[in-house]
Amino acid sequence: MAIPNKPLGELKAVRDPEVVEREVDILIVGGGMAACGTAFEVKKWASPDTKILLCDKAAMERSGAVAQGLSAINTYIGSNTPDDYVRMVRNDLMGIVREDLIFDLGCHVDDSVHLFEEWGLPVWKKTEDGKNLDGKKGQKMGTLKGGATPVRTGKWQIMINGESYKRIVAEAAKLALGDENILERVFIVELLNDANNPKQIAGAVGFSVRENKVYIIKCKTMMVACGGAVNIYQPRSVGEGKGRAWYPVWNAGSTYTMALRAGAELSMMENRFTPARFKDGYGPVGAWFLLFKAKTLNGLGENFAASDAAKAELKKYAPYGTAAITPTCLRNHLMLFEMKEGRGPIMMDTVTALAELGKTMDKKELKHLESEAWEDFLDMTCGQANLWCAQDCEPEKKNSEVMPTEPYLLGSHSGCCGIWTSGPDYDWVPESYKIKFNGKVYNRMTTIAGLFTSGDGVACSGHKFSSGSHAEGRMAAKEMVKFVRDNASFKPTLKETKEELVALVYKPVRTYLDNMAYTTAADINPNYIKPNGMMYRMMKATHEYGAGTATYYMTTSKNLEIVIDLLETMRADCEKMAAGDLHELMRAWEITHRLYTVEAHLRHIQYRKETRYPGFYYQADHPGQDDANWFCFTNSTYDKAKNEWSLKKVDYVKIIP
Amino acid sequence: MPSFVIAEKCDGCKGGDKTACMYICPNDLMVLDPNAMKAYNQEPDQCWECFSCVKICPTQAIEVRGYADFVPMGSSIMPMMGTEDVMWTCKFRNGTIKRFKFPIRTTAEGAANAYKDLKGKNLDSGLLSTEEADGYALPKPAATV
Repeated sequence: MAIPNKPLGELKAVRDPEVVEREVDILIVGGGMAACGTAFEVKKWASPDTKILLCDKAAMERSGAVAQGLSAINTYIGSNTPDDYVRMVRNDLMGIVREDLIFDLGCHVDDSVHLFEEWGLPVWKKTEDGKNLDGKKGQKMGTLKGGATPVRTGKWQIMINGESYKRIVAEAAKLALGDENILERVFIVELLNDANNPKQIAGAVGFSVRENKVYIIKCKTMMVACGGAVNIYQPRSVGEGKGRAWYPVWNAGSTYTMALRAGAELSMMENRFTPARFKDGYGPVGAWFLLFKAKTLNGLGENFAASDAAKAELKKYAPYGTAAITPTCLRNHLMLFEMKEGRGPIMMDTVTALAELGKTMDKKELKHLESEAWEDFLDMTCGQANLWCAQDCEPEKKNSEVMPTEPYLLGSHSGCCGIWTSGPDYDWVPESYKIKFNGKVYNRMTTIAGLFTSGDGVACSGHKFSSGSHAEGRMAAKEMVKFVRDNASFKPTLKETKEELVALVYKPVRTYLDNMAYTTAADINPNYIKPNGMMYRMMKATHEYGAGTATYYMTTSKNLEIVIDLLETMRADCEKMAAGDLHELMRAWEITHRLYTVEAHLRHIQYRKETRYPGFYYQADHPGQDDANWFCFTNSTYDKAKNEWSLKKVDYVKIIP
Repeated sequence: MPSFVIAEKCDGCKGGDKTACMYICPNDLMVLDPNAMKAYNQEPDQCWECFSCVKICPTQAIEVRGYADFVPMGSSIMPMMGTEDVMWTCKFRNGTIKRFKFPIRTTAEGAANAYKDLKGKNLDSGLLSTEEADGYALPKPAATV
């Protein structure tokens, strides 16, 4: 976010932007996998006169978490059952999950994967004699839908050639929705409640990052799906390298912040993800563990995760720690233990793994294996491939270091923070999991009537990944159409005037223009703060007090009090944020979104008086798990008018034995 | 590992209807300097090194160099996009060169079936449109607590 210290951006902001007012039935905010699912599905159900609009901050062809591509689809049920899918997710997330949401997703995710393959995504296949074929050669084995066998790495993952994954998915989404119903480079920044019912959604406001235009859009129902939150903590690389975030660096917590400011209830915001990845390049390790059967070694060369000490440690977290697959947070926990005891660094033993596999392979197969290892990076984390090149690292000759990253917030990967939503209206779903409006249940609707979410937005479920997020976006699409049908007479009304909304969105621009002449250097001005400065202020505070990498993810009750106090002051100072060009205005709103999201995260950690996810974070005053008091969801709401947060416990209901 | 634009090769996409890198960058980093008619990365420390700009550039004017804070100098990786495959050239610091070719899609660009004519029938069921068309039976939990 090192923005030049004057409005150097080519797109200068002006005090009075043009205002575009629109009214639609369905507004889709976001353009990633979930929103593409909604875009594909929604017109299949909507009546022809239904007005639909999608706003993406970027270009759908390469927006969201899959922009760079992926080397695997991590959720494909195939011959497994949705019941077992629930059990896997539940165990990985230490027991407290919404089993209705997970089961429901497990029923639909494969349909999206089948569509991806039909659209042109190359999916690896197994031959009858057990050999792997890439997605092009594998076509001769038929399609997954037709019964062909995918190449499984774990029980749930399948291998793909996914360089163009997002382009393919976005192509179908755009064709289905129609270009005329899509606004790219429009960043929605605030959701608007209905003037007559503060618990109902009525619209949103945002701006173009390409021209001086503010969009005020009224709608009957809305999907907010803008991904998770990245760079809310100081990353391990603080120079240019802070762009090399593990999750997409443009995910600014917009989903959570916009929802919470609209009054929607969040859930499990204390949950975070600090993936262990190849150090600095953040290349994926999954294929190394699962496909190449590699082990991680501590600094003494020991396979520490298989040691008796590790087994004893995992036993403390039974039944999760003793399950066949160790939960992600506990794998981190073991790694951190080695590092803290002075037995670092942790190395991925790629040399031994490839040598072992090589024993049963001929030269051609070995060459293919090498290619698979490189493709794993080149399909989804190109920079890691370059880092290997720069380090003269050939994995068959040199091991690579693995390291847990800075914290991320998300609801679709191995994390479960997000917005509390309704489950489906089935008889096996507990009433306490259903959210109704005028007596009807709407699946994936938040506690704000008409406001839906999916992907990273839906709390308490996790392990959806790309395919599950797409399927969930489709599921929500159908419910939104139902909402429009059932509420045909609803006339969304905004309580804010056009002028008030422009003043809100363009406040950083006006602050800049009002004060810039006072000093000779635009970045140093006592009357405002630039988004870049605010970003560093936030990162420093969360890093030091909020269980960042500085303290090996440890915090305390007193540290939490300090960091929340600091964040409150930062949010107040956001009133004095300044932006000189449209790009900087985008950054100004992103840092505002990040601040609310990370404050929600820390308030949840403060509220939950236990350490549910050792390896992701530690609350030193409340170590270990306290099932007697905390085997429940923690939900929060924010009152925008009073600037007040409220937290509460919500009962967990076990559905699947 | 921020992207950079080779001045000699960039023509600002003057023949096209949009500046390709500026159109595609997911983080709004690539901008066109209208005077020089050349693009540049305006915020290198926010570059995810996703290579979207590299892959889309019609004149191969964009490349990526390692992040200054941890990548040794002298290596490069460069994709060549085809319609069905991508060819990567990976150059090591020590001069070793490796080339890899991977499939990227099995259909022609623009040919994704959006099922534009498919209309769902029962809005109140739990089925997605294609599931309904296929006669998919919605599973229930095998057992509940």
